[in-house]
Amino acid sequence: MKRSFLIALLSLVVVRAGYAGVLPEDRADVLVHSYDGGGVTIQGPSLLVRKQFAQQFSVSANHYVDKVNSASIDVVTTASPYEEERTQNSVGLDYLHDRWMMNIGFTNSEENDYTADTFNFGISQDIFGDLTTVSLGYSLGNDTVGRRGDANFREETERQNYRLGVSQILTKNLLLGLSWETITDEGFLNNPYRQVRYADPTTPQGYSYEREVYPRTRSSDAGSIRLRYYMPWRAALYADYRKYGDTWDIGADTFEVGYAHPIDLGWTFEGKFRTYSQNHADFYSDLFPRSQYQNFMARDKELSTFTSQTIRLSASYDIMRGGWKFVERGTLNVILDHMMFDYEDFRDLRVTGVPVGTEPFYSFDANVLQVFLSFWF
Amino acid sequence: MNGSRTSLLARFLALAAAGLAVGGCSIEPWVKPYERDHLADPIMSFDRDPVSSAYTGHVYEAREGARGATGGGGGGCGCN
Repeated sequence: MKRSFLIALLSLVVVRAGYAGVLPEDRADVLVHSYDGGGVTIQGPSLLVRKQFAQQFSVSANHYVDKVNSASIDVVTTASPYEEERTQNSVGLDYLHDRWMMNIGFTNSEENDYTADTFNFGISQDIFGDLTTVSLGYSLGNDTVGRRGDANFREETERQNYRLGVSQILTKNLLLGLSWETITDEGFLNNPYRQVRYADPTTPQGYSYEREVYPRTRSSDAGSIRLRYYMPWRAALYADYRKYGDTWDIGADTFEVGYAHPIDLGWTFEGKFRTYSQNHADFYSDLFPRSQYQNFMARDKELSTFTSQTIRLSASYDIMRGGWKFVERGTLNVILDHMMFDYEDFRDLRVTGVPVGTEPFYSFDANVLQVFLSFWF
Repeated sequence: MNGSRTSLLARFLALAAAGLAVGGCSIEPWVKPYERDHLADPIMSFDRDPVSSAYTGHVYEAREGARGATGGGGGGCGCN
Protein backbone atom coordinates (compact mmCIF):
# COMPACT_ATOMS: atom_id res chain seq x y z
CA MET A 1 0.00 0.00 0.00
CA LYS A 2 2.80 2.37 0.92
CA ARG A 3 4.53 1.46 -2.34
CA SER A 4 1.50 2.39 -4.41
CA PHE A 5 1.26 5.67 -2.53
CA LEU A 6 4.90 6.48 -3.27
CA ILE A 7 4.51 5.58 -6.96
CA ALA A 8 1.54 7.92 -7.21
CA LEU A 9 3.43 10.62 -5.34
CA LEU A 10 6.41 10.36 -7.66
CA SER A 11 4.22 10.35 -10.76
CA LEU A 12 2.59 13.56 -9.60
CA VAL A 13 5.98 15.16 -9.13
CA VAL A 14 7.47 13.97 -12.40
CA VAL A 15 4.49 14.79 -14.57
CA ARG A 16 4.69 18.53 -14.13
CA ALA A 17 8.19 19.64 -13.29
CA GLY A 18 7.93 23.13 -14.68
CA TYR A 19 6.73 26.58 -13.50
CA ALA A 20 7.96 29.11 -11.11
CA GLY A 21 8.66 28.88 -7.44
CA VAL A 22 9.92 31.50 -5.04
CA LEU A 23 12.22 30.86 -2.11
CA PRO A 24 10.95 31.99 1.31
CA GLU A 25 12.02 35.46 2.45
CA ASP A 26 15.17 36.03 4.53
CA ARG A 27 13.80 36.55 8.00
CA ALA A 28 14.55 36.24 11.73
CA ASP A 29 11.97 35.85 14.50
CA VAL A 30 12.45 36.00 18.27
CA LEU A 31 9.38 34.80 20.16
CA VAL A 32 8.51 34.26 23.80
CA HIS A 33 5.43 32.22 24.62
CA SER A 34 3.38 31.64 27.74
CA TYR A 35 0.56 29.16 28.38
CA ASP A 36 -1.41 29.33 31.64
CA GLY A 37 -4.44 27.17 32.28
CA GLY A 38 -5.78 24.09 34.08
CA GLY A 39 -2.98 24.20 36.67
CA VAL A 40 -0.28 24.12 33.98
CA THR A 41 2.12 26.89 33.02
CA ILE A 42 4.45 26.53 30.04
CA GLN A 43 6.89 29.22 28.97
CA GLY A 44 9.90 29.55 26.75
CA PRO A 45 11.48 31.10 23.69
CA SER A 46 11.43 30.21 20.01
CA LEU A 47 14.09 31.54 17.62
CA LEU A 48 13.67 31.08 13.88
CA VAL A 49 16.16 32.25 11.24
CA ARG A 50 15.94 31.77 7.49
CA LYS A 51 18.53 32.86 4.89
CA GLN A 52 18.96 32.38 1.15
CA PHE A 53 22.29 31.54 -0.40
CA ALA A 54 23.69 30.67 -3.85
CA GLN A 55 20.42 31.93 -5.40
CA GLN A 56 18.77 28.49 -5.34
CA PHE A 57 18.91 27.61 -1.65
CA SER A 58 17.33 28.77 1.58
CA VAL A 59 18.39 27.40 4.95
CA SER A 60 16.38 27.67 8.18
CA ALA A 61 17.02 26.87 11.83
CA ASN A 62 14.71 26.89 14.84
CA HIS A 63 15.42 26.60 18.56
CA TYR A 64 12.39 26.11 20.77
CA VAL A 65 11.99 25.53 24.52
CA ASP A 66 9.02 24.54 26.73
CA LYS A 67 9.51 25.01 30.48
CA VAL A 68 6.62 23.15 32.11
CA ASN A 69 5.21 23.49 35.62
CA SER A 70 2.36 21.02 35.88
CA ALA A 71 -0.29 20.63 38.53
CA SER A 72 -2.94 19.56 36.01
CA ILE A 73 -6.13 17.73 36.94
CA ASP A 74 -4.42 14.39 36.12
CA VAL A 75 -1.40 15.25 38.22
CA VAL A 76 -3.22 16.50 41.33
CA THR A 77 -5.57 13.49 41.42
CA THR A 78 -3.06 10.71 40.72
CA ALA A 79 0.53 12.03 41.19
CA SER A 80 2.60 15.00 42.40
CA PRO A 81 3.16 18.32 40.64
CA TYR A 82 6.32 18.35 38.53
CA GLU A 83 8.60 20.57 36.48
CA GLU A 84 10.30 19.62 33.23
CA GLU A 85 11.85 21.14 30.15
CA ARG A 86 11.58 20.22 26.48
CA THR A 87 14.08 21.51 23.95
CA GLN A 88 13.48 21.24 20.23
CA ASN A 89 15.95 22.06 17.45
CA SER A 90 15.16 22.01 13.74
CA VAL A 91 17.11 22.63 10.58
CA GLY A 92 15.72 22.82 7.06
CA LEU A 93 16.91 23.36 3.52
CA ASP A 94 14.83 24.56 0.55
CA TYR A 95 16.10 24.05 -2.97
CA LEU A 96 14.67 25.87 -5.97
CA HIS A 97 15.48 24.04 -9.20
CA ASP A 98 14.25 25.15 -12.58
CA ARG A 99 10.63 25.71 -11.67
CA TRP A 100 9.93 23.47 -8.70
CA MET A 101 10.95 23.58 -5.06
CA MET A 102 12.05 20.84 -2.72
CA ASN A 103 12.63 20.96 1.02
CA ILE A 104 14.17 18.64 3.55
CA GLY A 105 14.34 19.06 7.29
CA PHE A 106 15.27 17.40 10.53
CA THR A 107 13.85 18.02 14.01
CA ASN A 108 15.07 16.74 17.36
CA SER A 109 13.02 17.08 20.54
CA GLU A 110 14.48 16.20 23.93
CA GLU A 111 12.92 15.79 27.38
CA ASN A 112 14.35 13.90 30.31
CA ASP A 113 11.99 11.01 29.52
CA TYR A 114 11.21 11.46 25.81
CA THR A 115 13.27 11.85 22.64
CA ALA A 116 11.74 12.46 19.21
CA ASP A 117 13.62 12.64 15.90
CA THR A 118 11.73 13.57 12.74
CA PHE A 119 12.86 13.73 9.14
CA ASN A 120 10.75 15.81 6.69
CA PHE A 121 10.70 15.83 2.91
CA GLY A 122 8.48 17.99 0.72
CA ILE A 123 8.10 19.16 -2.84
CA SER A 124 5.90 21.85 -4.36
CA GLN A 125 5.33 23.53 -7.66
CA ASP A 126 3.15 26.16 -9.28
CA ILE A 127 1.04 25.04 -12.21
CA PHE A 128 -1.81 26.27 -14.42
CA GLY A 129 -0.16 29.62 -15.08
CA ASP A 130 0.81 29.90 -11.41
CA LEU A 131 -2.83 29.86 -10.33
CA THR A 132 -2.35 26.58 -8.48
CA THR A 133 0.36 25.39 -6.12
CA VAL A 134 0.55 21.67 -5.40
CA SER A 135 2.64 20.42 -2.50
CA LEU A 136 3.44 16.94 -1.28
CA GLY A 137 5.15 16.02 1.96
CA TYR A 138 6.36 13.05 3.93
CA SER A 139 7.69 12.82 7.50
CA LEU A 140 9.23 9.92 9.34
CA GLY A 141 9.54 10.17 13.10
CA ASN A 142 11.14 7.89 15.66
CA ASP A 143 10.41 8.47 19.33
CA THR A 144 12.03 6.89 22.37
CA VAL A 145 9.86 6.90 25.47
CA GLY A 146 11.23 6.55 28.99
CA ARG A 147 9.75 6.74 32.49
CA ARG A 148 11.27 8.73 35.33
CA GLY A 149 12.30 6.51 38.21
CA ASP A 150 12.26 3.37 36.06
CA ALA A 151 15.60 2.88 34.32
CA ASN A 152 14.41 -0.37 32.74
CA PHE A 153 11.46 1.23 30.93
CA ARG A 154 12.20 2.02 27.29
CA GLU A 155 9.72 1.97 24.42
CA GLU A 156 9.82 3.04 20.77
CA THR A 157 7.31 4.70 18.47
CA GLU A 158 7.43 5.23 14.71
CA ARG A 159 5.33 7.93 13.04
CA GLN A 160 4.77 8.57 9.34
CA ASN A 161 2.97 11.58 7.87
CA TYR A 162 1.78 11.86 4.27
CA ARG A 163 0.68 15.35 3.25
CA LEU A 164 -1.00 16.72 0.13
CA GLY A 165 -1.80 20.40 -0.29
CA VAL A 166 -3.31 22.53 -3.02
CA SER A 167 -3.42 26.32 -2.98
CA GLN A 168 -5.65 27.84 -5.65
CA ILE A 169 -6.24 31.41 -6.84
CA LEU A 170 -9.99 31.56 -7.49
CA THR A 171 -10.38 35.27 -8.25
CA LYS A 172 -8.18 38.33 -7.86
CA ASN A 173 -9.55 38.65 -4.31
CA LEU A 174 -10.10 35.02 -3.25
CA LEU A 175 -7.68 32.23 -2.32
CA LEU A 176 -8.55 28.58 -1.63
CA GLY A 177 -6.37 26.11 0.28
CA LEU A 178 -7.01 22.35 0.46
CA SER A 179 -4.99 19.99 2.66
CA TRP A 180 -5.03 16.27 3.31
CA GLU A 181 -2.86 14.46 5.83
CA THR A 182 -2.68 10.78 6.73
CA ILE A 183 -0.67 9.87 9.81
CA THR A 184 0.24 6.37 10.94
CA ASP A 185 1.73 5.55 14.35
CA GLU A 186 3.15 2.28 15.51
CA GLY A 187 4.64 1.43 18.89
CA PHE A 188 4.11 2.75 22.41
CA LEU A 189 1.39 5.39 22.09
CA ASN A 190 0.16 6.01 25.62
CA ASN A 191 1.53 8.16 28.38
CA PRO A 192 3.73 6.03 30.68
CA TYR A 193 2.44 7.85 33.78
CA ARG A 194 -1.28 8.31 33.19
CA GLN A 195 -3.76 5.98 34.86
CA VAL A 196 -7.35 4.85 34.35
CA ARG A 197 -10.00 4.78 37.06
CA TYR A 198 -12.13 1.72 37.84
CA ALA A 199 -14.88 1.07 40.35
CA ASP A 200 -13.54 -0.57 43.52
CA PRO A 201 -16.03 -0.96 46.39
CA THR A 202 -13.24 -2.15 48.71
CA THR A 203 -11.77 1.38 48.95
CA PRO A 204 -13.29 4.25 50.98
CA GLN A 205 -13.56 6.49 47.89
CA GLY A 206 -15.15 3.70 45.80
CA TYR A 207 -12.56 3.59 43.01
CA SER A 208 -8.92 2.78 42.32
CA TYR A 209 -6.36 3.45 39.57
CA GLU A 210 -4.25 1.29 37.29
CA ARG A 211 -2.02 2.03 34.30
CA GLU A 212 -3.71 2.84 31.03
CA VAL A 213 -3.13 0.59 27.99
CA TYR A 214 -3.48 1.87 24.41
CA PRO A 215 -3.43 -0.02 21.11
CA ARG A 216 0.04 -0.05 19.52
CA THR A 217 -1.17 1.29 16.17
CA ARG A 218 -3.13 4.34 15.12
CA SER A 219 -3.98 5.72 11.71
CA SER A 220 -5.68 9.06 11.11
CA ASP A 221 -6.98 11.09 8.19
CA ALA A 222 -7.60 14.83 8.21
CA GLY A 223 -8.85 17.04 5.41
CA SER A 224 -9.18 20.80 5.52
CA ILE A 225 -10.44 23.65 3.38
CA ARG A 226 -9.34 27.26 3.84
CA LEU A 227 -10.60 30.42 2.20
CA ARG A 228 -9.11 33.94 2.32
CA TYR A 229 -10.94 36.90 0.84
CA TYR A 230 -9.55 40.40 0.24
CA MET A 231 -12.21 42.91 1.25
CA PRO A 232 -13.16 45.95 -0.87
CA TRP A 233 -10.92 47.91 1.54
CA ARG A 234 -7.47 46.71 2.67
CA ALA A 235 -8.42 43.83 4.99
CA ALA A 236 -8.70 40.05 4.85
CA LEU A 237 -11.59 37.83 5.93
CA TYR A 238 -10.86 34.12 6.30
CA ALA A 239 -12.53 30.84 7.24
CA ASP A 240 -11.11 27.35 7.75
CA TYR A 241 -12.76 23.97 8.29
CA ARG A 242 -11.11 20.65 9.13
CA LYS A 243 -12.66 17.17 9.35
CA TYR A 244 -10.80 14.46 11.24
CA GLY A 245 -11.20 10.72 11.83
CA ASP A 246 -8.97 7.89 13.08
CA THR A 247 -8.86 4.17 13.80
CA TRP A 248 -9.43 4.84 17.51
CA ASP A 249 -12.89 6.05 16.50
CA ILE A 250 -12.19 9.69 17.36
CA GLY A 251 -13.99 12.09 15.06
CA ALA A 252 -13.47 15.84 15.23
CA ASP A 253 -14.52 19.07 13.55
CA THR A 254 -12.61 22.35 13.66
CA PHE A 255 -13.95 25.65 12.37
CA GLU A 256 -12.22 29.04 12.34
CA VAL A 257 -13.21 32.47 11.15
CA GLY A 258 -11.05 35.57 11.35
CA TYR A 259 -10.48 39.10 10.16
CA ALA A 260 -7.20 41.00 9.67
CA HIS A 261 -7.26 44.78 9.30
CA PRO A 262 -4.20 46.99 8.73
CA ILE A 263 -4.52 50.69 9.48
CA ASP A 264 -2.26 53.65 8.82
CA LEU A 265 0.81 54.27 10.99
CA GLY A 266 1.97 50.67 10.60
CA TRP A 267 -0.55 48.77 12.73
CA THR A 268 -2.33 45.52 11.81
CA PHE A 269 -5.08 44.18 14.07
CA GLU A 270 -6.57 40.71 13.86
CA GLY A 271 -9.40 38.83 15.56
CA LYS A 272 -10.24 35.14 15.27
CA PHE A 273 -12.76 32.67 16.65
CA ARG A 274 -12.05 28.93 16.63
CA THR A 275 -14.33 26.14 17.73
CA TYR A 276 -13.37 22.48 18.09
CA SER A 277 -15.38 19.39 19.03
CA GLN A 278 -14.54 15.69 19.21
CA ASN A 279 -16.08 12.42 20.35
CA HIS A 280 -14.19 9.99 22.55
CA ALA A 281 -11.92 7.11 21.55
CA ASP A 282 -13.65 3.73 21.62
CA PHE A 283 -11.48 2.53 24.54
CA TYR A 284 -11.94 5.69 26.64
CA SER A 285 -13.95 5.74 29.85
CA ASP A 286 -13.99 8.04 32.85
CA LEU A 287 -14.82 5.06 35.09
CA PHE A 288 -14.34 1.42 34.09
CA PRO A 289 -16.60 -1.13 35.85
CA ARG A 290 -13.65 -3.13 37.19
CA SER A 291 -9.89 -3.63 37.00
CA GLN A 292 -8.60 -4.78 33.58
CA TYR A 293 -12.12 -4.52 32.22
CA GLN A 294 -10.94 -4.66 28.59
CA ASN A 295 -7.72 -5.00 26.57
CA PHE A 296 -7.32 -1.27 25.92
CA MET A 297 -8.26 1.35 28.48
CA ALA A 298 -7.70 5.11 28.57
CA ARG A 299 -8.73 7.99 30.77
CA ASP A 300 -6.82 10.68 28.93
CA LYS A 301 -9.01 13.79 28.65
CA GLU A 302 -7.53 14.47 25.20
CA LEU A 303 -9.28 11.25 24.10
CA SER A 304 -12.63 12.12 25.76
CA THR A 305 -15.68 13.86 24.32
CA PHE A 306 -15.26 17.61 24.61
CA THR A 307 -15.58 21.00 22.95
CA SER A 308 -13.26 23.96 23.04
CA GLN A 309 -13.47 27.54 21.87
CA THR A 310 -10.65 30.00 21.31
CA ILE A 311 -10.89 33.77 20.95
CA ARG A 312 -7.80 35.46 19.50
CA LEU A 313 -6.84 39.11 19.49
CA SER A 314 -3.56 40.21 17.95
CA ALA A 315 -1.72 43.37 17.03
CA SER A 316 1.34 43.90 14.87
CA TYR A 317 3.31 47.14 14.66
CA ASP A 318 5.79 48.00 11.91
CA ILE A 319 8.79 49.25 13.90
CA MET A 320 11.18 49.90 10.99
CA ARG A 321 9.17 51.16 8.07
CA GLY A 322 12.18 52.73 6.40
CA GLY A 323 14.59 49.94 7.29
CA TRP A 324 17.79 50.18 9.31
CA LYS A 325 21.26 49.22 8.04
CA PHE A 326 20.90 45.71 6.56
CA VAL A 327 17.38 45.25 8.01
CA GLU A 328 14.66 46.01 5.46
CA ARG A 329 11.78 46.05 7.90
CA GLY A 330 10.75 44.81 11.32
CA THR A 331 7.55 44.17 13.27
CA LEU A 332 6.60 43.80 16.93
CA ASN A 333 3.72 41.35 17.41
CA VAL A 334 1.46 40.46 20.33
CA ILE A 335 -1.04 37.58 20.13
CA LEU A 336 -3.43 36.63 22.94
CA ASP A 337 -5.57 33.49 22.80
CA HIS A 338 -8.25 32.77 25.38
CA MET A 339 -9.19 29.06 25.29
CA MET A 340 -12.19 27.41 26.96
CA PHE A 341 -12.44 23.61 27.35
CA ASP A 342 -15.65 21.81 28.37
CA TYR A 343 -15.49 18.05 28.89
CA GLU A 344 -18.59 15.90 28.51
CA ASP A 345 -17.38 12.56 29.92
CA PHE A 346 -14.30 13.46 31.97
CA ARG A 347 -15.13 14.13 35.59
CA ASP A 348 -13.48 16.43 38.12
CA LEU A 349 -12.19 14.08 40.83
CA ARG A 350 -11.15 16.97 43.06
CA VAL A 351 -14.82 17.00 44.08
CA THR A 352 -15.38 14.40 46.78
CA GLY A 353 -18.34 13.35 48.92
CA VAL A 354 -20.57 12.44 45.98
CA PRO A 355 -21.40 8.95 44.64
CA VAL A 356 -18.71 7.50 42.37
CA GLY A 357 -19.29 8.49 38.75
CA THR A 358 -21.47 11.51 39.56
CA GLU A 359 -18.69 14.06 40.06
CA PRO A 360 -19.18 17.22 37.97
CA PHE A 361 -17.68 17.31 34.49
CA TYR A 362 -14.31 19.04 34.27
CA SER A 363 -13.76 22.36 32.49
CA PHE A 364 -11.00 24.93 32.41
CA ASP A 365 -9.87 28.12 30.69
CA ALA A 366 -6.36 28.94 29.47
CA ASN A 367 -4.62 32.10 28.29
CA VAL A 368 -1.89 31.81 25.69
CA LEU A 369 0.36 34.80 25.04
CA GLN A 370 2.92 35.21 22.25
CA VAL A 371 5.17 38.26 21.91
CA PHE A 372 7.64 38.30 19.04
CA LEU A 373 9.94 40.49 16.98
CA SER A 374 10.36 39.78 13.26
CA PHE A 375 13.06 41.17 10.99
CA TRP A 376 13.38 40.90 7.22
CA PHE A 377 16.85 41.41 5.74
CA MET B 1 -8.01 -0.35 7.52
CA ASN B 2 -4.80 1.57 7.12
CA GLY B 3 -4.12 -0.13 3.81
CA SER B 4 -7.44 0.84 2.30
CA ARG B 5 -6.95 4.46 3.38
CA THR B 6 -3.49 4.62 1.81
CA SER B 7 -4.75 2.94 -1.32
CA LEU B 8 -7.53 5.52 -1.61
CA LEU B 9 -5.03 8.33 -1.27
CA ALA B 10 -2.78 6.70 -3.87
CA ARG B 11 -5.67 6.56 -6.34
CA PHE B 12 -6.47 10.19 -5.62
CA LEU B 13 -2.87 11.18 -6.32
CA ALA B 14 -2.78 9.15 -9.53
CA LEU B 15 -5.96 10.92 -10.69
CA ALA B 16 -4.47 14.28 -9.83
CA ALA B 17 -1.31 13.39 -11.77
CA ALA B 18 -3.36 12.37 -14.80
CA GLY B 19 -5.31 15.63 -14.61
CA LEU B 20 -2.15 17.66 -14.51
CA ALA B 21 -0.66 15.73 -17.42
CA VAL B 22 -3.67 16.37 -19.62
CA GLY B 23 -4.58 19.91 -18.72
CA GLY B 24 -1.55 21.54 -17.20
CA CYS B 25 -0.17 23.18 -20.33
CA SER B 26 -3.34 24.41 -21.92
CA ILE B 27 -4.97 26.47 -19.15
CA GLU B 28 -4.98 30.22 -19.65
CA PRO B 29 -4.72 31.91 -16.25
CA TRP B 30 -8.01 33.71 -15.57
CA VAL B 31 -6.34 35.98 -13.01
CA LYS B 32 -3.42 37.69 -14.76
CA PRO B 33 -0.12 38.26 -12.93
CA TYR B 34 -0.73 42.04 -12.88
CA GLU B 35 -4.12 41.46 -11.16
CA ARG B 36 -2.60 39.72 -8.13
CA ASP B 37 -1.53 42.67 -5.99
CA HIS B 38 -4.31 42.02 -3.46
CA LEU B 39 -3.36 38.34 -3.23
CA ALA B 40 0.29 39.27 -2.66
CA ASP B 41 -0.56 41.42 0.36
CA PRO B 42 0.92 39.78 3.51
CA ILE B 43 -2.51 39.80 5.19
CA MET B 44 -3.65 37.26 2.56
CA SER B 45 -0.92 34.76 3.43
CA PHE B 46 -2.06 31.37 4.77
CA ASP B 47 1.00 31.40 7.06
CA ARG B 48 2.12 34.96 7.68
CA ASP B 49 4.30 34.21 10.74
CA PRO B 50 5.64 30.63 10.67
CA VAL B 51 7.24 30.93 14.12
CA SER B 52 3.84 31.73 15.61
CA SER B 53 1.76 29.24 13.62
CA ALA B 54 4.14 26.41 14.56
CA TYR B 55 3.71 27.27 18.24
CA THR B 56 -0.07 27.59 17.96
CA GLY B 57 -0.26 24.23 16.18
CA HIS B 58 1.73 22.64 18.99
CA VAL B 59 -0.61 24.12 21.63
CA TYR B 60 -3.64 22.56 19.95
CA GLU B 61 -2.04 19.23 19.10
CA ALA B 62 -1.02 18.67 22.73
CA ARG B 63 -4.60 19.19 23.96
CA GLU B 64 -6.79 17.73 21.24
CA GLY B 65 -7.25 14.27 19.77
CA ALA B 66 -7.24 15.52 16.18
CA ARG B 67 -4.04 16.18 14.25
CA GLY B 68 -2.80 17.02 10.77
CA ALA B 69 -3.96 19.00 7.71
CA THR B 70 -3.09 22.33 9.30
CA GLY B 71 -0.76 23.34 6.49
CA GLY B 72 2.42 23.18 8.59
CA GLY B 73 5.42 20.87 8.44
CA GLY B 74 4.27 18.52 11.18
CA GLY B 75 6.13 15.98 13.22
CA GLY B 76 8.44 16.07 16.21
CA CYS B 77 5.81 16.98 18.74
CA GLY B 78 6.93 14.89 21.72
CA CYS B 79 3.76 16.07 23.42
CA ASN B 80 2.19 13.14 25.22
